[in-house]
Amino acid sequence: MPVGAASWSFTEDDFGAITAALEQFLTECNARCALLVDRTGQLVATVGDRPNFDPTAFATLTAADFSANDQLARLIGENDFNSLFHQGEKESMYLADIARRVILVVLFDNRTTLGLVRLKMRQTVLSLTQLFEQVFARGASGAAAPNILAGADDEIDKLFQ
Amino acid sequence: MSMINYASREINCKIVYYGPGLGGKTTNLEIVYGKVQPDTRGKLISLATETERTLFFDFLPVDLGTIRGFKTRFHLYTVPGQVYYNASRKLILKGVDGIVFVGDSQLERMEANQEAMQNLYDNMAEYGYDLTKMPFVIQYNKRDLPNASPIRDLQAALNPGWEVSDAAKMRVIPDPYHAGENLVEQLPSGEWIERAQYFEAVAVTGDGVFDTLKGVSKLVLKALA
Repeated sequence: MPVGAASWSFTEDDFGAITAALEQFLTECNARCALLVDRTGQLVATVGDRPNFDPTAFATLTAADFSANDQLARLIGENDFNSLFHQGEKESMYLADIARRVILVVLFDNRTTLGLVRLKMRQTVLSLTQLFEQVFARGASGAAAPNILAGADDEIDKLFQ
Repeated sequence: MSMINYASREINCKIVYYGPGLGGKTTNLEIVYGKVQPDTRGKLISLATETERTLFFDFLPVDLGTIRGFKTRFHLYTVPGQVYYNASRKLILKGVDGIVFVGDSQLERMEANQEAMQNLYDNMAEYGYDLTKMPFVIQYNKRDLPNASPIRDLQAALNPGWEVSDAAKMRVIPDPYHAGENLVEQLPSGEWIERAQYFEAVAVTGDGVFDTLKGVSKLVLKALA
């Protein structure tokens, strides 16, 4: 795959399946909101209460947080930390790795407990891992959706005139 | 590693501004932030020290328009220029789609420029990326200063060109931004070389900032087309 080519993309069906898995998870553990962020800092999906912060900035900082912690893990002889927990006075967040490419972030408050979030997260991480592995496998096999920018050179030129 | 989101009809791409410390990377982002319409950009995030030196990165998302019904959203990052922050610098390069090298034109910063360029090649190689095969532009910043080196000296030191080995690419490609200069050309020795596009800038006043951003963004989208 040439550098710069879209290395993964997902369809509306993938998006529907991901959203359904996350909605079920939120209902089961009574958390407020779940966000999926890819490791390069791009927001993939948001489910649950609409966040009252800038989700793009949040996604970038999440990826940076995870990357920095990966390096810390290596310094102490671990391959990575597959989950992180940040505790606040009212709001807390739990982050977990999905298929080494995506990060699931769950925001929750005192309507639930860390134990319940962690317990329910395990199953969700497994089902999302399966879902994303299918998405990535499809991208790697070259059977991804057709390149939407193919032949769009003129349109790109116009955009920058 | 661009991401196409068919659900929200967005193409997300990552552009990293790289270069020596105090070269003007953060200033580039601040100018973009200040001059684009507020509804086409997000927040400017800076992870900086108390003395406003970049510690981890600066980040700014901007929308540059719509192509085929897809919003083109560019995530602009800077890296910390100071030599000892290499670990965080490397992390930012992960999944990059396009690079802007912001060089400092001042004569006494030549060595720092060369060190940063070498460091960029090394860090990219560690991810398995080949800088010569991806969208990459150079910005020579601080052109207004009296101690600025001539462009030809900066080009010779930082952008001497890489060998073109693919016979299909051995044809002269003129530089669209500089009349009389070529991006791909044959040297008197017979060897074909390609250079990165370059732009002159005075980032503090905004001169050249958008030319650079447009130049790299266009290359990124063309790489996808």
